[in-house]
Amino acid sequence: MLTLIVRRLGLLVLVLFGLSILLFAWVRALPGDPARALLGQKATPAGIAEVTARYGFDKPVWQQYLTYLGRLVRGDFGASINTGQPVLSTFTERFPATIELSVAALLLAVVVGVPLGYVAARRRGGLLDNLAVGGSLLGVVVPVFFLAVLLKYVLSIWLGWFPTSGRQDARIDATHVTGFYVLDGLLTREWDASWDALKHLVLPALALGSIPLAIIVRITRASVLEVLSEDHVRTAQAKGLARSVISRRHILRNALLPVSTTLGLQAGALLSGAVLTETVFSINGIGSYLFDAVNQLDYPVLQGFILFIALVYALVNLVVDVSYGLIDPRVRVS
Amino acid sequence: MSALDAVGTTAEPDAEPTGEAGLGPWAAAWRRLRRNPSGIVGAVIVLLFVLVAVLAPVLAPYRPATGQWFGEVTPTSVPGPSAEHVLGLDSFGSDLLTQLLYGARSSLVIGVVSTAVGLAVGAVLGILAGGLGGWVDTVIMRIVDVLLSIPSLLLAVSVAALLGRNAVSIMLAISAAQVPIFARLLRASLLAQRGQDYVVALRSLGLRRRRIVVGHMLPNALGPVLVQATLVLATAVIEVAALSFLGLGAADPAVAEWGRMLVTAQGRLEQAPQLAVYPGLAIAVTALGFTLLGEALREALDPRSDR
Repeated sequence: MLTLIVRRLGLLVLVLFGLSILLFAWVRALPGDPARALLGQKATPAGIAEVTARYGFDKPVWQQYLTYLGRLVRGDFGASINTGQPVLSTFTERFPATIELSVAALLLAVVVGVPLGYVAARRRGGLLDNLAVGGSLLGVVVPVFFLAVLLKYVLSIWLGWFPTSGRQDARIDATHVTGFYVLDGLLTREWDASWDALKHLVLPALALGSIPLAIIVRITRASVLEVLSEDHVRTAQAKGLARSVISRRHILRNALLPVSTTLGLQAGALLSGAVLTETVFSINGIGSYLFDAVNQLDYPVLQGFILFIALVYALVNLVVDVSYGLIDPRVRVS
Repeated sequence: MSALDAVGTTAEPDAEPTGEAGLGPWAAAWRRLRRNPSGIVGAVIVLLFVLVAVLAPVLAPYRPATGQWFGEVTPTSVPGPSAEHVLGLDSFGSDLLTQLLYGARSSLVIGVVSTAVGLAVGAVLGILAGGLGGWVDTVIMRIVDVLLSIPSLLLAVSVAALLGRNAVSIMLAISAAQVPIFARLLRASLLAQRGQDYVVALRSLGLRRRRIVVGHMLPNALGPVLVQATLVLATAVIEVAALSFLGLGAADPAVAEWGRMLVTAQGRLEQAPQLAVYPGLAIAVTALGFTLLGEALREALDPRSDR
């Protein structure tokens, strides 16, 4: 177990190190003077001189890289060319919105997807099974941003059931402790603030949840089908165990293992989806930050974004792998 | 094709289920494919998509992105269907149907080119890793691991930001995300065949490694690659749209693109939802076609699926 963690952390450091070299080379591979390229349309002689001095573009390349690496290690990801704000603090400020959205989407997908996949497998070939399989196919082929736009049009613009954008009504004077608005409301006992944040969260979570939902239904169904045909299930049935005990202990526990690994693999897709969903619902998460950075070619932000996400992504996968070992004793042994 | 049949049949002489006796594996697969209704639906959708993309100039009632009816678009309304414009206008005053038809073109070109590049690079890496083994394998698979550990959107954003906003960078971005998929697939498939009897036999005959890998093992790995390429095309169509949706697409507004049509439609969602619905449906249906066809191919090419 410990060696697994150490090995994965080692790989993580290696990946981040490789990435830092790539990102370092990236800005220097831009055509023309790097300081001018960084500043883009905002390039003034004074600005260029300042950026050249700050990033040391006039020094030898290896020295530049060491300075860059040293800054990264100390958590200095640079500052946005457009706003002048430090990249890292903007991230930590905006990240809770993205996490809240992703967790809500994932929760929705698990709560709906696992039972649906289970029932579909138990009644293979039935109406519900066909619906689940067909529905999960739709979930894969309908782009998340299209689903988001559709949900926004039908449920909020047309029917008016949900707010169209943002995370909370601006008129609500809510206290923010953690940055997760729904949780904040519960912690501070501002129930109406929490309720309002939840209403804002429903549509984005539905849209984003469609990706993991489709996959969870498929994987759960497939792995339940596989476990159902195994000997130990037949033995349990022959012993005369109650159906509910068999489903819980003998089928679901085994069938959920592949589901848990899939969840880790979904982290990247979820993130891409969150970026797209946030732009549709104007949520101030890292998605809209990236969107602006891309459109204005804000290189420090893009660099920081890539490093930050690679780190989060690798950590999520590490946690999933470790938890996989905790759930399944067989993994620990091998 | 006959050479492939010969290789396949000698490798697995009695893998064919009853009723397909005397057919080579590819012919048997074709037969299974034709009998799979969802595969046929997928194939028809894919065929229609390709036809529309190729024949867009013939099918489209007007020329794309002319904006010549811009005067009819007001800040509060976009003209809907009429006799001249079957689906109405878009918010720039061009014919919506024309834009949709030409959008198929962009999707097809970008999707196919990026998948071809991703497949080619991934295949070379996979063949080197699986065929040579040893340290080459280790180095290549580490690179693939690193590529896999970066979410595809980030890869795409980096490539597009580096090369600027144009169709080429979108293609490269999408292929960069596909390279590890194909590399792993080919490597795994080659490794699985390494110990098989026919490979051992060929080696004992004194054949050179390159000939065994390229001439005998590779043809046997084609099936899964074909399946994966079809499935990847479905995601490529969605990715193209997603990247344009994020503003990474071609900067030239004269190029019709489904993803960008969806972005611009957002501003007028209340007055003209059709502007978002049609391109969205186009993306979903195209992706559905490739997915159905890919899954049917997977079933058809799997000798164990004896239905």
